[in-house]
Amino acid sequence: MFVQSLKMAMKAISGNKMRSFLTMLGVIIGVIALVVLVSLVSSATDSITDQVSSLGNNLLSVSIMDDKENPLKLSEMSDISGDGEIDLVSPLAQANSAVKTGYADETATVYGIYPSYFEIQSLALDSGRMLKTADVENSCYVAVISYKGAEKMFGKTDAVGEKITVGGRSIMIVGVLQEDESMMSMFGSDISLYMPYTVVTRITGQGTAVNSFYASSVNTESMDDAETALENMMLKRFKGDSDAYSIVNQSSLMDTMSSITGILTVLLGGIAAISLLVGGIGIMNIMLVSVTERTREIGIRKAIGAGHGTIMLQFIIEALVLSLLGCAIGIALSWGIIELVTLVAGDTITFTMSASVVGIAVAFSVGIGLIFGIYPARKAAKKNPIEALRYDG
Amino acid sequence: MNEMIVMNEVSKVYTIGGENVHALNKASLSIRDGEFVSIIGPSGSGKSTLMNIIGCLDTPDSGEYVLDGQSIRAYSEKQLAKIRNKKIGFVFQSFNLLAKLTAEENVELPLIYQGTGYSERKKRVQEALERVELTARRHHKPTELSGGQQQRVAVARALVTRPSLLLADEPTGNLDSKTSVEIIRLFHELHKSGNTIVLITHDNEVAKQAKRILHINDGKVTEVA
Repeated sequence: MFVQSLKMAMKAISGNKMRSFLTMLGVIIGVIALVVLVSLVSSATDSITDQVSSLGNNLLSVSIMDDKENPLKLSEMSDISGDGEIDLVSPLAQANSAVKTGYADETATVYGIYPSYFEIQSLALDSGRMLKTADVENSCYVAVISYKGAEKMFGKTDAVGEKITVGGRSIMIVGVLQEDESMMSMFGSDISLYMPYTVVTRITGQGTAVNSFYASSVNTESMDDAETALENMMLKRFKGDSDAYSIVNQSSLMDTMSSITGILTVLLGGIAAISLLVGGIGIMNIMLVSVTERTREIGIRKAIGAGHGTIMLQFIIEALVLSLLGCAIGIALSWGIIELVTLVAGDTITFTMSASVVGIAVAFSVGIGLIFGIYPARKAAKKNPIEALRYDG
Repeated sequence: MNEMIVMNEVSKVYTIGGENVHALNKASLSIRDGEFVSIIGPSGSGKSTLMNIIGCLDTPDSGEYVLDGQSIRAYSEKQLAKIRNKKIGFVFQSFNLLAKLTAEENVELPLIYQGTGYSERKKRVQEALERVELTARRHHKPTELSGGQQQRVAVARALVTRPSLLLADEPTGNLDSKTSVEIIRLFHELHKSGNTIVLITHDNEVAKQAKRILHINDGKVTEVA
């Protein structure tokens, strides 16, 4: 009986193609909205999470907001790294500065750092050497440049030995970093110069007070312990004023981010689900029209022996086939759209269709077909055969 | 011979606009197995109500109706559908074929509702279509068939379940005189081969074709000699 009902449903649907398609359109659009939006958000979240965790999950960044006229001195850095929980420490002085070579005239982001910075941030060399402790101690006028920076400032990537003018001082390039292919390279300037902390503070004239520094824990697992240790040290250093500084934990940053994207997913999914619901109402509307139009057909079927349940089954299956066919078309189109977006986005983010959202879309469509199919189907099944046979539509 | 239909003081009352209308007023009749009976009556005589009750589309308010040994009481919709499916073959004035189905599929439909298996279904459909001489046009849809052919498909659909009773409601009402004769001849043939036929009409000429005529007026059934 089920197979026969399915055949009858297919006949009814294919017998009125345009109307069936328009009815399904609501579900198609709803499914596309649901699948595409949720897939895009979750793909983007996955990519960003990957990128962020590649920056190092054991990174703690500290900013001093109020030094209480007792600024953190460079010499104190070694005290911090002396603690068992903290592995590496690097102060950070960051500035945007005009840079100049014989080839180009640009603005660069200048980082004043300790050599340990490269390890904390997992930066790797393409050519040349990293900064050395001696460079910092002797305030050597040397710098490591980003890959793109080398291309822009020198027109070539083997820039080791070249000179660049930063804030009126001539600096020698000693190393070039590997190309940054991560998504983070989209933010901030392409031209980054990494120079000894002491040199940058001298050029910018901001003094030796440390306003911000990076620290890393011994490993990812001891992250929380390291944060606690750092917190205690800072609290002691700033005489119990927890507002004087702020510590940002990379992994808590990720937690926050994932909870934000989680909310975003639910929000977008919810909006898409509403459009699916509207599609379901469309199905109900057309099914009701169809039941009225086919009153006579229902009468005939009843006269020749179709019972209440048989008629009901026929119309519910028709509603279900409409919604599931719409769902299938929607999923196919969503796949196409996601492929297209991936193509357009290039290799920065790989968008994939989320299997779980496809499952949700199918379940939702089944639910909608059933819920919005039952009422018209009941109406059809309850028709009095005598009146239905007399109906002149 | 066995009694196929026994009606004993069957009444049916409808309320139309606050007024009670006795569509059937203690109507009694009996029809034996294998009989060809026509029931004639003007419109408003209770003819349609009688047909609906004989066809198990409706149940009597009072009185007794026994069809093929089975007393039809206030059965549920589902049970009535089952009885219709098994015991009664309908032939309507306006053919009442499903427009989207082919002749063959229309004939097959009652068997599908009966839950008959595929091969048995095909065999019985073939038989029924042979019976009405429409095998050649079995893949055509109703709109591609003439009125007479459509009515023959309807007869085949009525026959396919091998019902106890063939109930025809003005079967020639929508046909020209030539095709009417054809359909009436088909009924005669079916009668000869043992089918019980009840033909409901308002047309005296058509009614005379039957071996026995019952007259209905004001909700009462009387025998016409």
